[in-house]
Amino acid sequence: MDFLADISNALPEAILAGFGLAGLLIGAIGGDRISGLLRLLAALALAVAAASSFWQFGKGEAVAAFASAELAPEGLYRATLFTLFAKGVTYSLAALALFMSGGFLKTAQMERYEYPLLVTFGSLGAGMMLSANDLMTLYVGIETLSLSSYVLAAFKRDSVKSAEAGLKYFVLGALASGLLLYGSALIYGFSGGTGYAAIAAAPTSVGLVFGLVFLICGLAFKASAAPFHIWTPDVYEGAPAPVVAFFSTAPKIAAVGLLAHVLFTAFGTHETSWQQIIAIIAALSMLIGAFGALMQNSIKRILAYSSISNVGFALIGIAAGADIGAASVLVYMTLYVVATLGLFGGVLALRRGGKAIDQISDLNGLAKTKPGIALGLLVLIFSVAGIPPAAGFWGKLQVFTAGIEGGLLWLVIVGCVASVVSLGYYLRLVWAMFMKPAGEPMDKTDFSIGAIVAVTALLMFPVLTIAIQFLLEMAARAAGG
Amino acid sequence: MALIAFYILSTVVVLSALFVVAARNPVHSVLWLILSFFTSAGLLVLIGAEFLAMLLVVVYVGAVAVLFLFVVMMLDIDFVALKQGFQNYLVVGALVALALLAEIGIVAAAATFGGGETFNPNPGAPTNAEAISRVLYTDYLLLFQMCGIVLLVAMMGAIVLTLRSRPNVKRQNIAEQTGRKRKDAVELKDVRPGQGI
Repeated sequence: MDFLADISNALPEAILAGFGLAGLLIGAIGGDRISGLLRLLAALALAVAAASSFWQFGKGEAVAAFASAELAPEGLYRATLFTLFAKGVTYSLAALALFMSGGFLKTAQMERYEYPLLVTFGSLGAGMMLSANDLMTLYVGIETLSLSSYVLAAFKRDSVKSAEAGLKYFVLGALASGLLLYGSALIYGFSGGTGYAAIAAAPTSVGLVFGLVFLICGLAFKASAAPFHIWTPDVYEGAPAPVVAFFSTAPKIAAVGLLAHVLFTAFGTHETSWQQIIAIIAALSMLIGAFGALMQNSIKRILAYSSISNVGFALIGIAAGADIGAASVLVYMTLYVVATLGLFGGVLALRRGGKAIDQISDLNGLAKTKPGIALGLLVLIFSVAGIPPAAGFWGKLQVFTAGIEGGLLWLVIVGCVASVVSLGYYLRLVWAMFMKPAGEPMDKTDFSIGAIVAVTALLMFPVLTIAIQFLLEMAARAAGG
Repeated sequence: MALIAFYILSTVVVLSALFVVAARNPVHSVLWLILSFFTSAGLLVLIGAEFLAMLLVVVYVGAVAVLFLFVVMMLDIDFVALKQGFQNYLVVGALVALALLAEIGIVAAAATFGGGETFNPNPGAPTNAEAISRVLYTDYLLLFQMCGIVLLVAMMGAIVLTLRSRPNVKRQNIAEQTGRKRKDAVELKDVRPGQGI
């Protein structure tokens, strides 16, 4: 085993781990004064990790590391093109989420040097679980991400809501981890190995399927798919806004990508066992996400339900199977998380008297007070809802096409119904911004946030609407490897 | 014999885990938790993983459960009311103690009279601890390092959520104390009679 070769194959994770450890040392010496510098450095490290993921993706073959002849012949770590693409998007979004959090952290007096480091370690966990080729690697990756997330949710510790969000997330997350471990133990027992290859080679047995169900439950919790979504609205509402911007982008695509990757590779040979489960989870998520948000007034809760519903749409692609659906999952999730990042950027940008806004009524008349942000939000909302001129429509078209090809017509019909219902609350936001009289004036918007809203909105409307072929080809290539 | 021991131990694990959740008194819950940890260690002994069994007892019973007990005792529980029901404790405590004693007996009996169920069936083969350490730092290096990161994140989290600087507390600053010069502290004034300073 060549250690240096292993490290260089796992380059993105090595960069993040190295930066995390060095940053902790710098932070311990420099204290909270240099948290701004550390935040920029962390965003830079994440961007470099994203670039190296895409570089490995560009080379066009899977990279394996930490292999051993007996215990893990294919490596404990194996990044396929599918996961390399998902990792690249994950790291880029984490970098952007960190980049735009500065202003909020300053006004909320949360500028502490642990914040960027926790985001770095969380992203490291997300990358590690995506690159896992073994249930054990998967578990340590998930735990790294989860522990960072619990702390980030409770980061504004003087706020009761933030503490509540952290505690709820922690208790339910620990339960999900327990389910995941129990499922993994059963799978190990009935397949004789923890590596994905060993599991794929084992015959389908009752015990294996039993373990698989527990594994899916645990992973569905991390991806906030119904019926394991209970934590999402509360955590989104209570956690600080930049943290939610991180939660709803980088870990979200990582969790959905992980679910797809595990089911497609380790359980690819057991496809008939999980297809129905995923289809039902997808239908429940879409419906609960669509109907749950109708009566909400808090923007963050609406976005939480919207994310539950959107994970449901992505799961249609997984339920369609590896050959048909893999590319559509990547396209859908990429478009969704990029638009969501912009949406949360918009929410972060809007402050009144130093306080972040939360209710829909706070958006009243935004088109008059801040026409630029309002226009950007309009495009992003249209994209998340999947309304045609915006790029989100292509994502929805992809998963629906995959669903029909995979013989899941009923699921696609449920998806269409959920789309129409969810328009109800998306249009409420638009109505408040463009049709209501203006309220009190908002504070000035930070440049970094305004830039991110503008860039994501431009991506969603003219750029990717026209150049969607580029993304489709990338995703098709990723799905092929 | 080993099979009987397995079923007895498993039943105890499941039942005691149930009582952890069902018990009204948190102290009882922790006692049941200790019983379930201890019994799980017995199960590990039965499959020949004696190192893991000892580790489970040392780490979980020795450290984690005792820590839980401390935390539970710091909770706001009416201890006067608890002390009045000493007999209740006596029953539960005796039950737990008896179960633990019986389990030691069962495992010892299974190991002695079980036939073929010896701790190291192959004397030339590496022992438990050796077998684990052979892969832990070589084949499973990645996992070992990642576990380190998990623990680091957990530690950071504990510090982030609990450490707070209090502005109004006076602390001793030794460098400042020893670095103090005479002229910083004492000032000589020439006081003229009848004028004051």
